[in-house]
Amino acid sequence: MAEDKKKELDPDEKARLRAGFELEWRGELRKALPAKERMKIARKKMPERPPDVRNRDFKEVNLGLTPEMAQEEARRCLDCANPQCVTGCPVSIDIPGFVKLIEAGRFLEAAWKLKETNSLPAICGRVCPQESQCEEVCALKKATGVSVGIGNLERFAADFERGSGSLEIPPLPPPSGKKAAIIGAGPAGLTVAGDLAKLGHKVTIFEALHESGGVLIYGIPEFRLPKAILKAEVEYLRRLGVEIRTSFVVGLTATIEDLRADGYEAFFIGSGAGLPNFMKIPGENLVGVYSANEYLTRVNLMRAYAFPEYDTPVMKAKTAAVIGGGNVAMDSVRTAKRLGAERAVIVYRRSPTEMPARIEEIHHAEEEGIEFQLLTTPVRYFGDEYGHVRAMECQKMGLGEPDASGRRRPIPIEGSEYTMDVDLVVCAIGQSPNPLIPQTTPGLKVGKWGNVEVDWTTMATDIPGIYAGGDIVRGGATVILAMGDARIAAAQMDKYLKGLR
Amino acid sequence: MPKILERRRLVPNLHLIEIEAPEVARKCRPGQFVIVMPDEKGERIPLSIADWDAGKGSVTAVFLVVGTSTRKLAALEAGAEVPVFVGPLGRASEIAQFGTVVLAAGCFGIGALWPVARALKATGNRVVALLDAKADYLVYWKDRYLSVCDKVAFSSRDYALGSKEFVPGPLEALLKAETPVARVIAVGCTYLMYASSQATRPLGIKTIVSLNPIMVDGTGMCGSCRCTAGGKTKFACVDGPDFDGHEVDWDELFTRRKSYFDDEIRSLCQWEERELP
Repeated sequence: MAEDKKKELDPDEKARLRAGFELEWRGELRKALPAKERMKIARKKMPERPPDVRNRDFKEVNLGLTPEMAQEEARRCLDCANPQCVTGCPVSIDIPGFVKLIEAGRFLEAAWKLKETNSLPAICGRVCPQESQCEEVCALKKATGVSVGIGNLERFAADFERGSGSLEIPPLPPPSGKKAAIIGAGPAGLTVAGDLAKLGHKVTIFEALHESGGVLIYGIPEFRLPKAILKAEVEYLRRLGVEIRTSFVVGLTATIEDLRADGYEAFFIGSGAGLPNFMKIPGENLVGVYSANEYLTRVNLMRAYAFPEYDTPVMKAKTAAVIGGGNVAMDSVRTAKRLGAERAVIVYRRSPTEMPARIEEIHHAEEEGIEFQLLTTPVRYFGDEYGHVRAMECQKMGLGEPDASGRRRPIPIEGSEYTMDVDLVVCAIGQSPNPLIPQTTPGLKVGKWGNVEVDWTTMATDIPGIYAGGDIVRGGATVILAMGDARIAAAQMDKYLKGLR
Repeated sequence: MPKILERRRLVPNLHLIEIEAPEVARKCRPGQFVIVMPDEKGERIPLSIADWDAGKGSVTAVFLVVGTSTRKLAALEAGAEVPVFVGPLGRASEIAQFGTVVLAAGCFGIGALWPVARALKATGNRVVALLDAKADYLVYWKDRYLSVCDKVAFSSRDYALGSKEFVPGPLEALLKAETPVARVIAVGCTYLMYASSQATRPLGIKTIVSLNPIMVDGTGMCGSCRCTAGGKTKFACVDGPDFDGHEVDWDELFTRRKSYFDDEIRSLCQWEERELP
């Protein structure tokens, strides 16, 4: 499963960036303030709600930049002739293009610029790991150590457009008469759907759950990504003519072959990594031990935080332990805290430097009073007479040589075991690709982790007309990588559909 | 949204619901289930499929009223719509020519086993059914079973149907009378399935049970329904719901099913206060 951090831009993309750079107004803007002056401006801190207030409710933590702050932040961008930030972006957003529009106060145009290559900017501005993508390779970071706040600016432009009430529908080409089926309404599926609809194809998304969004609705909590934002994005797709069939499990309600018989000619499998991994240690099936998927789905999709107004319950804890160090682990532990846990603890087997979570999430978690027990792993859980988890035995870990992921391998330290009282455990150690589609689609090639195999340059599977992207091929990555796959797939599906008689 | 074509009480506490769902109806096979949400605030509840009509485009389930969401479902009438009706989920029951198959059904399981009984008969098996209920007036679909089964026996706690014993006794008697029995399939409350599996274990008769753990999504995504079979953790929604009853860790299943016992009562009290002041 490829992890492409920085990539070569293709000639078309380079030409597009160059054309933007050479626009007269951009030149004038560059002249108006010399680079030296720009480098003196301090990065604008994202306004946030106070930690001890926000850790008791589910309202959004970040408040967003004001227009003045956004313009000031945009002024920090050096508008490089050869912008590295774009190479760090999986969907190659014209970053200087939109940032300079913000500097010029043309906020709506900035949002449209984003939407040329990213159909979900309000979401990416909130959940992308910018610090390891665009912001990591920002020239300003090299020069001053602090990059332009690209993610915060992306969020600002997208929110401004939504707030302005003018979510414009682009002019649509005449209908192509071709039908495409998208499996899964997650980030990958929504992106493919938007792109294909804008190219004139009839698009239907088939979603197994009862609400659209995939991980954006069941996984990422309200305090990080408000549902209203997702709803607005989905509504935008509907206005583009995309049909969404929820509660439709492709593989069971209908197979891909059935859909083919119904006239669908191109398919995108974006069914995600919906199969939670467990550690296979004793006591893992005790009551009170959850997968992160279940814990977050109960709270986010099923609104268990509002139980008993909503019927779905979720367990409350005095001490909640969340196993793992990724974004899902941070979301789970902060959720447990918000549901009233006195102690909410991250138990992670490596050290802080190896934690895969976004830096902002780790930082927010620390501020909110989350404890971190690092270089630690659970080895067994103990239950009470009701079969409810009451304690866990942990073992301390040391770090050895880097493994295949490039991170140092954790090594158990003999005799370091200790017991910790817990009454809730959330296992956030990753997911595997959902096997439903591979199992019901004869001929679909599957890799050793159950991932659908594709040609990475086209996202095409071995079966003509069937494409795939996101976690079903990557096995547990990020929203933006899924969207990057989706953009490639959509372009290829368009070619494929237009090539059909 | 899927429309309710019929909802009626079959016997006290057990309801039949028939829902317009043409796509689901086209794909149903015996032993599968659906997930239903009675309203936007309800739980996603798994219900065994009790019948379907591909021509009419409808799917029928029989359910026991236990908690808030099932109570809400039981209060809906024909013409109402439900926000979620998704399926068919899970693997279908294995249907083949086994020889003599004994079915042990109780509660909602009488409905759930009906498509299995029908399919087994159509495949050329000798089908013998044991229908269990607390009292004779709680048995439903007697006529359906009589129409396809080679023999139908009953057990209830009130003598009215000839026996007052719970399943294991009458089941053992049936197994003896029907020897050799190729397979037992038990569907109903957890205790019925457990007791049936215990009864057949010493006889070495393969026993299939349809497990009923708590579920959320029903497509393998959450792991709420994990249970242990043959020493391995399985997800009942995608690896089942049918399992070999002799391999199931019953203690774990009983425990996990009670995970939200207190919450369920709280939810129900709140609902009753609201709906039945």
